[in-house]
Amino acid sequence: MKKIKKIKIKINGKIKSINQDSNLSEVLKNLKIPLNKVAIELNEEIIDKKKINKIKLNKNDKIEIVHFIGGG
Amino acid sequence: MEAVKLKKDSLIIANKKFNSRLIVGTGKYKSMSECAKAIKLSGAEIVTVAVRRVNISDKNKPLLMDYINPKKITYLPNTAGCFNSKEALRTLRLAREIGGWKLVKLEVLGDKKNLFPDMIETLKSTEVLAKEGFKVMVYCNDDPLMAKRLENSGADAIMPLAAPIGSGLGIQNKINIQIIRKQTKLPLIIDAGLGQASDATIAMELGCDGVLVNTAIAKAKKPFEMALAFKNAVIAGRQSYKSGRIDKILMGNPSSPSKGII
Repeated sequence: MKKIKKIKIKINGKIKSINQDSNLSEVLKNLKIPLNKVAIELNEEIIDKKKINKIKLNKNDKIEIVHFIGGG
Repeated sequence: MEAVKLKKDSLIIANKKFNSRLIVGTGKYKSMSECAKAIKLSGAEIVTVAVRRVNISDKNKPLLMDYINPKKITYLPNTAGCFNSKEALRTLRLAREIGGWKLVKLEVLGDKKNLFPDMIETLKSTEVLAKEGFKVMVYCNDDPLMAKRLENSGADAIMPLAAPIGSGLGIQNKINIQIIRKQTKLPLIIDAGLGQASDATIAMELGCDGVLVNTAIAKAKKPFEMALAFKNAVIAGRQSYKSGRIDKILMGNPSSPSKGII
């Protein structure tokens, strides 16, 4: 059986190991992110949530996932 | 006795009508359910919210949106914690992406201790955001000249501080607030520094269109009662302002007629 290669990316400041050739949609799904309640940045660029299954991730990519919390 | 009929008196911000003139913050509460209940009691229709990283290691953490329905209450994303224009713009562009929020609160701070706004960065950000189609409510100093410049840069509401954020000191510079009131037709909302309900009444009596309160409610010994007190205080202040107060005089003026004294 062929071994799947892993790559390292950063999500919200934490290093995560994911399968090479994963797309953004798969990664967010694994994290159980409620897409309708968040915004996503990839390498400091805002991502259109409708296009996440077309975005392939590369080594050292930086993802930020934000939502609303209590604040004044 | 026939009840006095008050004319409908809505707060209009960026063409949107609101019945309540009290905006409340959602920070510093003990729990999300306490926050949600306080908001309900305050009658607020707009609440400020912060944009922060999702906790990816604890997926079961409760979400604000599960407690406060953004379809019923207008979320006003803020840029709290931003100390320059770049950070503030990044935050609000993300906020818009969460679900189409265009009405935002811009707050660019300049000093970590006194939390005063950095007005140069605030002004720069206002210009950019207005051009990008945001409806910007701007936290600012109580400086009439700066308020004017914000208005000219496309701000949708001017939100001067009463005193430093979270200080509870109440309105420190009534004259400046009155001057800003006189010069602008934009919604004028006192943001930050209120400590008790009467501070909100004073703000409304000065002619402000609304007040924004967080700490004074969230950190009161009884937040629910204080939320209700602020609701009533804002209504009282607005009614008082609209009723036209008497002139101030130095000496006494008896309330009972002098004619017919025995």
